[in-house]
Amino acid sequence: MNEMDRNLAAGQPAAAVAVTPTEPAKSKSVRGRTWLAIRHSPIAMVGGSIVAFWIACALFAPWIAPYPPNKPDALLLAYPYPSAAHWLGVDNLGRDILSRLIWGARTVLTVAPVAVLGAATLGIILGLLAGYRGGWIDAVIMRTGDTLLAFPRIILYLIIIARFGASAFNIILVVTVTAAPIIARIVRGVTLDVRNRDYVAAARMRGESASYIMFVEILPNARGPLIVDLFLRLGFTTVTIGALGFLGVGLPPPDPDWGGMVKETYGMIFIWPHMTLFPAAAISSLVIGFNFLATGLQEMARDG
Amino acid sequence: MLRYTAKQLLNIAVTLLAVSFLVFALNELTPIDVARKLLGPYATQDQVDILYKQMGLDRSLLARYWEYLANALSGNFGESNLYRRPVAEILWDRLGNTLVLAGICFAVIVPFSALLGVLAGMRERSFVDRAVSVFASVCASIPEFALGVFLLAIFVVGLGILPGTSPLSTSGGWPIWSQFVLPVAVVTLYDGGYLISMIRSSMVEVMRQPYIRTATLKGMPFRNVVVKHALRNALITPFTVILLQLNYLVSGLVVVEMVFAYPGFGRMMLEAALNKDIALVEAGALCAVSVTMLTQILGDLGYMALDPRIRV
Repeated sequence: MNEMDRNLAAGQPAAAVAVTPTEPAKSKSVRGRTWLAIRHSPIAMVGGSIVAFWIACALFAPWIAPYPPNKPDALLLAYPYPSAAHWLGVDNLGRDILSRLIWGARTVLTVAPVAVLGAATLGIILGLLAGYRGGWIDAVIMRTGDTLLAFPRIILYLIIIARFGASAFNIILVVTVTAAPIIARIVRGVTLDVRNRDYVAAARMRGESASYIMFVEILPNARGPLIVDLFLRLGFTTVTIGALGFLGVGLPPPDPDWGGMVKETYGMIFIWPHMTLFPAAAISSLVIGFNFLATGLQEMARDG
Repeated sequence: MLRYTAKQLLNIAVTLLAVSFLVFALNELTPIDVARKLLGPYATQDQVDILYKQMGLDRSLLARYWEYLANALSGNFGESNLYRRPVAEILWDRLGNTLVLAGICFAVIVPFSALLGVLAGMRERSFVDRAVSVFASVCASIPEFALGVFLLAIFVVGLGILPGTSPLSTSGGWPIWSQFVLPVAVVTLYDGGYLISMIRSSMVEVMRQPYIRTATLKGMPFRNVVVKHALRNALITPFTVILLQLNYLVSGLVVVEMVFAYPGFGRMMLEAALNKDIALVEAGALCAVSVTMLTQILGDLGYMALDPRIRV
């Protein structure tokens, strides 16, 4: 992943697939076609089910979590293993692991999508500007992006987080800053490809504003590679949030965060391995879900 | 090619300059923290102010940056607050350890993923292809720390045949080589999972070409078709990506180094960042960026050597 990083490289297959621009306003809506693709690809179905499961956990956490996630009970440490009362056992402070996993889903499924949306918004705007305007605007945007990409991603996180402290907002900021240049690159490529087409010229002749042309005429051409990239990026961001949690620079305790849960119980893996294994499995499953979804969509883009 | 290299080297120099200024500005815009950090929470404000003046932190950002740059160019990156040793010394030490780990990982990952990727890609949609693809996809999806925890649970907690930490000293009773097994395994599975998919898709692409069909139709054994005609072309595209892994291996190993307590570059950066050891963070960032950019140039040059159609 790394970097120009794995991040960028992962953007590459996405960008390489489906950059054949389709004429705008053709046939079904994006959502309709995405849904169709998911139903016909087994791998996307598996991925989708896993992601849907965790989304349900996140949405209904207050109702389905059997215990409060942050309530310690040292007495439970007499038998912390999975039992009828605590299906996945309790952690090193006697907190119910199942409840913490369910609430943790809410954390990661809030932070990751917000971060990815932030990166997409910034990346799309910059990519459109760079591709459509060209000239010095293009040069400035792309050079700045290249400089940011020259940082190994995790090192950049460490520098920024060491300076500004660990918080959900800073994690979102960091993901946005590092992912936006890659998304901008994808969008810029598509923009360069279509900006001289007839329908763009026609819109210009009609006297449409530059922003109308960029967002309505050009942007829809990038949706194929963008959608795949966004799902891959959700997976990466989940890994990132987990890794930062594991390194101890993630979301501040005590609220459950899967990477943090692994970190807190890691030292006890020789006596109580379940405390570490369950959160590690939870985060792995969510990332697998996102990546399978992306793979399915990519196959669809390739097979048409 | 010479001109290309010269141009790229200039490019590196400019980027490094930009990066060094960015990191410097980010860290030292409000240097009062540094004096406070050095003196600890019980120092009076007066003491902090005096040290602040002594360290010359009251001068303008540009003046301080200029001094830093001049020192850095002569190889002096300052002193680490955390380790109380010159930054250059620690940096080389840790970088050396990481290069050993990265070298071993690279030597394992490349043949491992080339083999699986080619096996999967030579017969698209066969059983082997499906199995390898799912395996690769799952491996690449499990975060390094989770993968580390899983392998640890199996081989250290369960079977007890490998050490759980890799401090590179034999005081724990485990030989040095055994301390490399788990870190290398984690990196190989995680990073390899990604490389396998890259090589597989490239192989699939090549196997669809007309010259492959021609070779098959003229009766050449399938083995020869793969080895003599497909292999080289299938490895050209992933080549750049393979080289980019070097870069991940040097500075992306923070998590693996933390899992196994390996004394490497990534862990040093984490500790430096957590302790606001700014001199170390700055030098480390420059180091990491140089490695990134050098591997990119290396990748471009190698690509030109492999593919005669591309010449600058």
